[in-house]
Amino acid sequence: MGETNGHSQANGQHYVGTRQIRPDGADKVTGRARFGADYNLAGQLIGRVLRSPHPHARIVSIDTSKAEALPGVKAVITRQDFADQPSEFIPAGEMMMNYKDVVRNVMAREKALYEGHAVAAVAATSTAIARRALKLIDVKYEVLPHVIDVVEAMRPDAPLLHDDLFTVGVEPKPEKPSNIAKRVEIKQGDVAAGFKKADLIIEREFKTAPVHQGYIEPHAALATVSEDGSTELWTTTQGHFIVRAHCARLLGLDIGKVRVTATEIGGGFGGKTVVYLEPLAIALSKKAKRPVKMVMSREEVFKASGPTSGATVRVKMGATKDGKFVAAFAELKYQAGAFQGSPVQPGTMCAYAPYDIENVHVIGYDVVSNRPKVAAYRAPGAPISEYAVESVVDEIAKKLGLDPIELRMMNAAHEGTKAAYGPKFGPIGLEETLNSIKKTEHWNTPLRKWQGRGVASGFWFNIGGETSVSLTVNEDGTISLMAGTPDIGGLRASLASVAADELGVSYDKVRPIIGDTGSLGFNFLTGGSRSAFSGSMAIVEAAKQIKAELCARACKLWEAKPDQVEWKDGAVRPLGALAEKVKPMTIADFAKVSGKTGGPIGGVGRINAQGAGPSFGTHLVDLEVDPETGRTTILRYTVAQDAGRALHPAYVEGQFQGGAVQGIGWALNEEYVYGTDGKLQNAGFLDYRMPVASDVPMIDAILVEVGNPKHPYGVRGVGETPIVPPLGAIANAMENATGIRFTELPMSPPKVLKALKEKGLNKV
Amino acid sequence: MARVELVGNLAQLTGGVATFDLPATSVKELFAQLTALHPALGRHLEEGVAVAIDGQIYQDTLLEPIGPDSEVFVLPQIAGGD
Amino acid sequence: MAKHHIEATVNGDAVEFLCETEDTLLDVLRDTLQLTGSKEGCASGDCGACSVTLDGRLVCSCLVLGCEVAGRKIETIEGLAKGETLHPLQKQFLEHAALQCGICTPGFLVAGKALLEKTLDPTETEVRYWLAGNLCRCTGYDKIVSAVMDTAAAMRKG
Repeated sequence: MGETNGHSQANGQHYVGTRQIRPDGADKVTGRARFGADYNLAGQLIGRVLRSPHPHARIVSIDTSKAEALPGVKAVITRQDFADQPSEFIPAGEMMMNYKDVVRNVMAREKALYEGHAVAAVAATSTAIARRALKLIDVKYEVLPHVIDVVEAMRPDAPLLHDDLFTVGVEPKPEKPSNIAKRVEIKQGDVAAGFKKADLIIEREFKTAPVHQGYIEPHAALATVSEDGSTELWTTTQGHFIVRAHCARLLGLDIGKVRVTATEIGGGFGGKTVVYLEPLAIALSKKAKRPVKMVMSREEVFKASGPTSGATVRVKMGATKDGKFVAAFAELKYQAGAFQGSPVQPGTMCAYAPYDIENVHVIGYDVVSNRPKVAAYRAPGAPISEYAVESVVDEIAKKLGLDPIELRMMNAAHEGTKAAYGPKFGPIGLEETLNSIKKTEHWNTPLRKWQGRGVASGFWFNIGGETSVSLTVNEDGTISLMAGTPDIGGLRASLASVAADELGVSYDKVRPIIGDTGSLGFNFLTGGSRSAFSGSMAIVEAAKQIKAELCARACKLWEAKPDQVEWKDGAVRPLGALAEKVKPMTIADFAKVSGKTGGPIGGVGRINAQGAGPSFGTHLVDLEVDPETGRTTILRYTVAQDAGRALHPAYVEGQFQGGAVQGIGWALNEEYVYGTDGKLQNAGFLDYRMPVASDVPMIDAILVEVGNPKHPYGVRGVGETPIVPPLGAIANAMENATGIRFTELPMSPPKVLKALKEKGLNKV
Repeated sequence: MARVELVGNLAQLTGGVATFDLPATSVKELFAQLTALHPALGRHLEEGVAVAIDGQIYQDTLLEPIGPDSEVFVLPQIAGGD
Repeated sequence: MAKHHIEATVNGDAVEFLCETEDTLLDVLRDTLQLTGSKEGCASGDCGACSVTLDGRLVCSCLVLGCEVAGRKIETIEGLAKGETLHPLQKQFLEHAALQCGICTPGFLVAGKALLEKTLDPTETEVRYWLAGNLCRCTGYDKIVSAVMDTAAAMRKG
């Protein structure tokens, strides 16, 4: 792969692989683009949510009468407005959801399970009145003891969140409920035997704190319900078809009667793949008989939307003195938040995935605790487990006196390696990324005192999934491209390039939009690094239909047989003797006579995209520690990652750079800080400190392209892998700079300073 | 006969048996044959698993063909964040 | 309590509006004047998505009250382009792919323009510190900084 598949313009130009201006660009740089909170409907009400101030409490009673009586309040909803859902896993789109948990997360029922848990909601004619109304709702709570930390929550005497949660995955089945929802495990070979063969064994325990996806745009939804029950919803989401499925289920609506428009989205990273405000806005609108607009405040985003797990991870690895990994064990304990479903399963599968190890055993625990239910965060589960593993790999390199890149090369997974979670890898680019890093000037630059260098590798599986796109040829030969996966990072530019090449038209003649749920067949959400991979695959299918149709029409027009015509380079071309009689016809030519030759011209791609290829990456970081303050400065950062084929190199680089900087924040500063009262102390951007421009240098991006043989252009998803290596790379660089192995994240200045002081190192 | 391996917790539902040789020619047949041998598996196969056939991971697909010498793994489903 | 009646200039146009005492300039811009280009990311002055200039000074409009701007000049993202002609910064952001989701982009453009009005020859460090009041979660800042530096270079050439 890696060629253009013979698809290009008549002049041989092609757009895939070039850096076109994104089609939605003018609107985005002028403030014209409409994000979730930018939508308004005439007569709309403002909705606001009453949230539990307690991390764990029984809800004894809710009296909304005073709120309902306040002038300007048009509707109030509580748990009574949502039918209970049975405990069973039901397909919603392509995911399995336990709606008993979903309905309770959207609106608390028996208990408030975290500070910020929604308990009631109002719709009023102004924000001020809505806020006043919330204060008039009288909720009687029976406060219960709470638990936040995952290890604390696993104790048999820990406060119990759900009395019907019995650990799945242990034999015999437990008789008593606990906070441990699930135990998962993957096994390969015999680790006990493997450890016996090891010349060096390293065992370490690591701890990470919950971190938030940190999207700058808070959740927002605008709903309007008609008297005939049909519902229209505008929401900032990564998956409007999924939102439709959830809302239909929770509110007992026909899916076909709910039409969801995905607004432009101001960041998601996995956190906007679930519903929070949408069912509330719909329920309020239904009651009030007017549109209802709801927007979260930043504080609500931190307290009531899902960050990722905090975790405790134990890693034990064994290697021969030559550096061959012979045994690898890990035990992962991940927080799920108030309801089960942490990403511990992918965490177990990713932990050792970059390496070819004969004996692997990874155990994982999914544990509930009194904080918001976790939502996916970019390669969910993997950054945590790979931080731990990459730290130990680094220690092995140091103790054996081996170069950390050489050690990884020696053990690297490659085509044919059996992953610990089962299947053999097809062609993959891990070794290429390691080699790319080795060749950089960065790798070979000398360091000074208090500076350190670290390297780490990582990967994500990537997925395909159900995808529907439509391509329509307009009367003037321009192309309307409608995709169904919200564009969170430049997708439309990539898809337009593919459509332009497939149909042999100029890039600026392709107009891509993201269609609403009423305009397309089902689309799984934007996530799993799937939207460019699947979208481009579906466009190829849609374009095939158009090309076949045009060849058929040409045959009729030219009175020719199918073997006398072919589609090539943007036109249907006559072959052989026919070429002397007729001229080739482009899309624009056909468009002019479309009505006369059979009707409108278009194609749809409706697929369940398979063949997603994993994307491996290796990161290299130099940093400097200030021994007097504990502050760490990132000096230099290089990412090498396998994109298979970069449809738009600049947006692929953007994924590498953005993920790396999220990883920098996760490693050095970001964490949820809870008081002993179970309340979040840093629910704002001042104290939940994400990287700013002055915290980071330029991020060098090396695009590796080991084509994915299962995709027509060789594409691999790229969005998630970039956040996987940074935590390990930075921890390794810290060790290199200070001699101290930090086994707790974040490595924030107070922690670093404390560790330096303990070793008497806190002087320049 | 395809060589089929259950990854992760699924083997707990089969009394520890994780490896099978089955004459399935599609994912649909594979699920039916596994469930016939171990009824407890049925619900879990429906609830969402991924199937790797000769190294390629497939999610949410019943019709994918399985060859007579295929190596098949039944895995937990993979979602994503982004 | 009666609302305040305020007259001001926004992007060169005279405007007048009513607002409550507690309404921020951001609320007024978005909800009253329907200029939704400025965004609310935090309402506490930490993310810069609401950046505007007030009498030429870069401010977070969520930290300014609507009733404070009587008689003053406000410039928002909507005023950056001149007719159909994009400001050089806007063009460079698109060329550099310096935006992914785009929610922070208006704030960065307003802040970037304010910097370039002070100096057309900032160092990379000066650019990074000037923009430290604008949060971006998607890009890692690399292409944003390059775009601002390249715009400065292009504008120096005249």
